[in-house]
Amino acid sequence: MRKLHQLMTACALGAITLTGNALAADAPKELTGKQIAFDRTKGNCLACHAMPTVPDAESPGLIGPPLIAMSARYPDKAKLRAQIWDATVANPSSSMIPFGKHGVLTEAEIDKVTDFVYGL
Amino acid sequence: MKQQIIMKLLTGMAGLGMALGVATAHASPEQDKQDLIRYFTSKYPNVKVDDYVYGALAFDPDSKAQYDAIMEFPPFDSQIDAGRKMWETPFKNGKTYASCLPNGGKMIAGTYPMFDEAKGKVVTLEDVVNDCRVANGEAPLKTSDAKTMGALSAYMRSLSDGMIMNIKVQGPKATAAYEEGKKTFFRRTGQLNFACATCHVQNAGTRLRSELLSPVVGQAVHWPVFRGGDTLVTLQNRYTGCFKMIRAVPPAQDSTVMNDLEYFHSAMSNGLPMKASVFRK
Repeated sequence: MRKLHQLMTACALGAITLTGNALAADAPKELTGKQIAFDRTKGNCLACHAMPTVPDAESPGLIGPPLIAMSARYPDKAKLRAQIWDATVANPSSSMIPFGKHGVLTEAEIDKVTDFVYGL
Repeated sequence: MKQQIIMKLLTGMAGLGMALGVATAHASPEQDKQDLIRYFTSKYPNVKVDDYVYGALAFDPDSKAQYDAIMEFPPFDSQIDAGRKMWETPFKNGKTYASCLPNGGKMIAGTYPMFDEAKGKVVTLEDVVNDCRVANGEAPLKTSDAKTMGALSAYMRSLSDGMIMNIKVQGPKATAAYEEGKKTFFRRTGQLNFACATCHVQNAGTRLRSELLSPVVGQAVHWPVFRGGDTLVTLQNRYTGCFKMIRAVPPAQDSTVMNDLEYFHSAMSNGLPMKASVFRK
């Protein structure tokens, strides 16, 4: 009887652990715009751009212009999104990665990053 | 009226043809190098061209000071020593590397890669070492292997320390190989859409996150490098790394694509001294 009890406890614990793992596996899909922008394998914006108004945007690269006052610089948000999607349309010699055209980020991810950058 | 239009069209086409003719005329390696130097020196008038052999360190006095301190007691000496032992060990037939290389293998590294007319392709210093091995009944070494060819080539290049890089591009076939290498260097590729030139021409001297990007001129004189002090990286290992970082499929090492790239790349350092065995971050 006691053994059965122990077994049941173990099963219950196992179930909790499994659920926990499943949740953890889903979590990365819920990255915020900022997280996508900062992630080295995703946007990696800081490799080239400073974000002077973001305190934890540490040791940024200097290849592109700093991302600041973006809503003033891009009154039309769609233009900012288009720039992230493929900057070589506006400037063929731009070093910037065509995040949308080359599928580096998904359309949904680009939406989130656009929102984040627009707010800088 | 119709004739006039046709005449205009013909004139236009002739003009276009001339423009294309100008565009496809090949600049000489010397001209290409001078154009690059003009680009870099106009952007960074305070950095001496002679210091380009230090790569990104030329743009950052603090990093250069650290480099100088590390180079006083190079942490990679034991690997150069291993290369020296390989170099000095005779083949089974009693001959040595020195016996089958021009000038006993000394002060020759600055002429490689070289266009081999007989083979009709570019050969690297590593290829010549393997030819020497095969001619003496030994198996060729894997050119990308740091422990064997890497260490051996590091010692061999130390025999050419200070030699002025002098890559020759003569004749139509050599020029074609050089042009292929140049195309690979300037062509954007990979998911991230970078060319070698994106970082090492357009953005050289600028920071990519916390890393300074080195200029193409002066890059080819100091390979293999010892990254982090003792990790040997050959030039083509580095090319492979670059291709992977921009999410492109790297061409095979020692392939025509890689060797042509090394040919162009090395010619852009012509006139600069070889710096055999250096530390890099």
